[in-house]
Amino acid sequence: MTDGLTQDPPRHLGMVVGGSLTQGVEVRLDTAASTEDVKVGTFVSIDGARMRFFGVVTEVSLGASDPTLATTPPDVSNPYIAQVVLGTSAYGTITVEPMLTMGDPEDPTVILDGPQPAKTVPAHFSQVAQASELDIEQVFGGEDKTRFWIGSPLDMEARLCLDLGEFVKRSNGVFGKSGTGKTFLTRLLLAGILQSDTAVNLVFDMQSEYGWMGYSEAGNEVKGLKQLFSSKVAVFSLDEESSRRRGLTPDYVVRIGFDEVQPEDVQMLRETLDLSDVAADAAYALQRHFGGKGWLREFLSLEGRESLFELANDIGVNGQALARLHNRLTRLQRLDFMDEGSSHDSVNQILTYLDRGMHVVLEFGRYGSNLAAYILVANLLTRRIHERYVRRKEQAAGRTSDEPRPLVITIEEAHKFLTPAVAEQTIFGNIAREMRKYNVTLLVVDQRPSGIDSEVMSQLGTKITCLLDSEGDVNAVLTGVSGNRKLRTVLSRLESKQQALAFGHALPMPVVVRIRDYGTPDSYRELGFKDAVELKAQVERDVEDLFGPLDG
Amino acid sequence: MNEPPEVESFGPVGEVVAASTTEYLTQCRALYGAPPLGTLVKSEGHDAIYGIVGEVATQSIDPGRRPMAMGRHDETSEAVYKRNPQLTRLLATEFRSVVVGYRANGTLHRYLAPLPPKIHSSVFQCDLDEAIEFSGSLDFVPLLLAAPFGSQDDIISSFLRAASTAHPDPERFLVEAGRDLANLLGGQFQRLNGILTRLTS
Repeated sequence: MTDGLTQDPPRHLGMVVGGSLTQGVEVRLDTAASTEDVKVGTFVSIDGARMRFFGVVTEVSLGASDPTLATTPPDVSNPYIAQVVLGTSAYGTITVEPMLTMGDPEDPTVILDGPQPAKTVPAHFSQVAQASELDIEQVFGGEDKTRFWIGSPLDMEARLCLDLGEFVKRSNGVFGKSGTGKTFLTRLLLAGILQSDTAVNLVFDMQSEYGWMGYSEAGNEVKGLKQLFSSKVAVFSLDEESSRRRGLTPDYVVRIGFDEVQPEDVQMLRETLDLSDVAADAAYALQRHFGGKGWLREFLSLEGRESLFELANDIGVNGQALARLHNRLTRLQRLDFMDEGSSHDSVNQILTYLDRGMHVVLEFGRYGSNLAAYILVANLLTRRIHERYVRRKEQAAGRTSDEPRPLVITIEEAHKFLTPAVAEQTIFGNIAREMRKYNVTLLVVDQRPSGIDSEVMSQLGTKITCLLDSEGDVNAVLTGVSGNRKLRTVLSRLESKQQALAFGHALPMPVVVRIRDYGTPDSYRELGFKDAVELKAQVERDVEDLFGPLDG
Repeated sequence: MNEPPEVESFGPVGEVVAASTTEYLTQCRALYGAPPLGTLVKSEGHDAIYGIVGEVATQSIDPGRRPMAMGRHDETSEAVYKRNPQLTRLLATEFRSVVVGYRANGTLHRYLAPLPPKIHSSVFQCDLDEAIEFSGSLDFVPLLLAAPFGSQDDIISSFLRAASTAHPDPERFLVEAGRDLANLLGGQFQRLNGILTRLTS
């Protein structure tokens, strides 16, 4: 795809005329380079005397050698005058943030060390050019088993790769307002993790759009993970009917027993069910009162205000609050996937699949629009899976079992799980904070990052954010990132589709990515999907390899 | 500006009558025989000193005797000269050239010569090839911009206009020259604008 383009020499832009490491390097554009050709977010390379710098354009501005130019502009209707004045007396400048240094390409140690963060700036008059595809490859690495092609830099065809090995070591975030392509991006990331085998995925698929199929913004059907990688993906469902209606037979139908619900789950539902602190905390008292398992079942079986107030007296909780809690929790009885049974096997099933290296997508079907159901199930399952992982990790430390496979749990509407009020106590907050200690990390997908606890945000390793326009959300995403102010300009100028700003652990430097296509037959093939015809050909080839050419 | 240049081999146009390192004054062999403003001239010899004509003047050879009006009725100037042949002896045309470079041992330098030309040296108008060679670089332009007499901006625009006609691609030459000027006149945009306007009209 890039062959035709690598031939072009990188376009010369100008030379360094000033600047600093903190403010960025100022580059005066050549006469031939117009400001209109350079965009914020474009990569440039600067040839210093001994080092090559790699940077990103953070500002484009217009300058004049003489201030009177602004008050008495020249007669630019005269083409000669326009030609002379543009680029000389009136010129463009760009500010380049030096990100990395690449050292002398002749020096073999430099190639081993790879690009290093820039700790200085190039000398005056260093020549600046648009980064070449080779530069991009040198900085971001070429596509390989663990480097996943997520898209291209702006205005370039080079393949930009994400180091998935590093990516899955920490919790990560995908942000953007609705309709900017979060789901597409997430689906790609999941496909990448799946292909590279760096971790197994557990996806809490609220809108049922990752497993079997989803829809693009234009309303076209796109294939989900199960369709592309059927042998590696298991779809679990909470709503079997919905799955079947969409032409999919779920691998397992998840059911949850009331006995599995813990007071902590109620805490998570506090906001969604509009419970006061007192009401939510009453769950702990109830658990103590009824004793461990079964507290919720017994509590919900109470009928009438008197019995509730009596219980409130017994356990020392405000009667009104308890009545409210009772009232709200009865809503859970309306969820068909919940029942009185006490020995459901959902967690074991999920773990069995994960242990086999299968990726599990849990579809919510019609419960997708029921936030309480989503939060309850995601929290409950994650808590128990995490417990198992902790135990197994400890066993692995004691050499009594193997390390559990790294697990990436994808949650949507993450701000509901990670609000500052609950992040301290919930399992998701724990996972985000403890990072990879127990081989479990999160992939947080959210449109309102400002609603997420700042401590959790700061722990996210890699953030990939599509367009965000609320000030608070932009702040939340960029807090604690160096070059924050300049990234803000870049972030607010993203196009509303298929563009994202990616930065953090899995990338050597922040980068604006034009996300690669997903949804076209070509894109599926690039992801390794083989359609029926290709599969048949493959089978024939395999048969030939095994048994020799078939005669007749 | 687009007239074809004269491609003849030029004889001397005059003789140096006053000289300094920055400029020299040439008295023309013939009355009104001065090369036009902006023309590249050189003093005689292998180590020529190049100048650009910056000011042309015709006056009485005796500073104490001012020419008087001599025309009768509706007589033309041509008739006046015909009727008074002595005038060509009493008047003289002189031009001042800004020193812009010199040749030493065959190498062209576009900055001030170490010494001015000798008095009575012959002065020649440079031919086309020499004009092209000399205008190959505009390193000498600061000398013109700082000329101690005449209108520097007019000298430079006249020179560039004349030189452009010698180049195979006059427009390209003028654009490049204009950009050099723009860099030299960084803080003097109005001056640059004036020169550029002269170059296009």
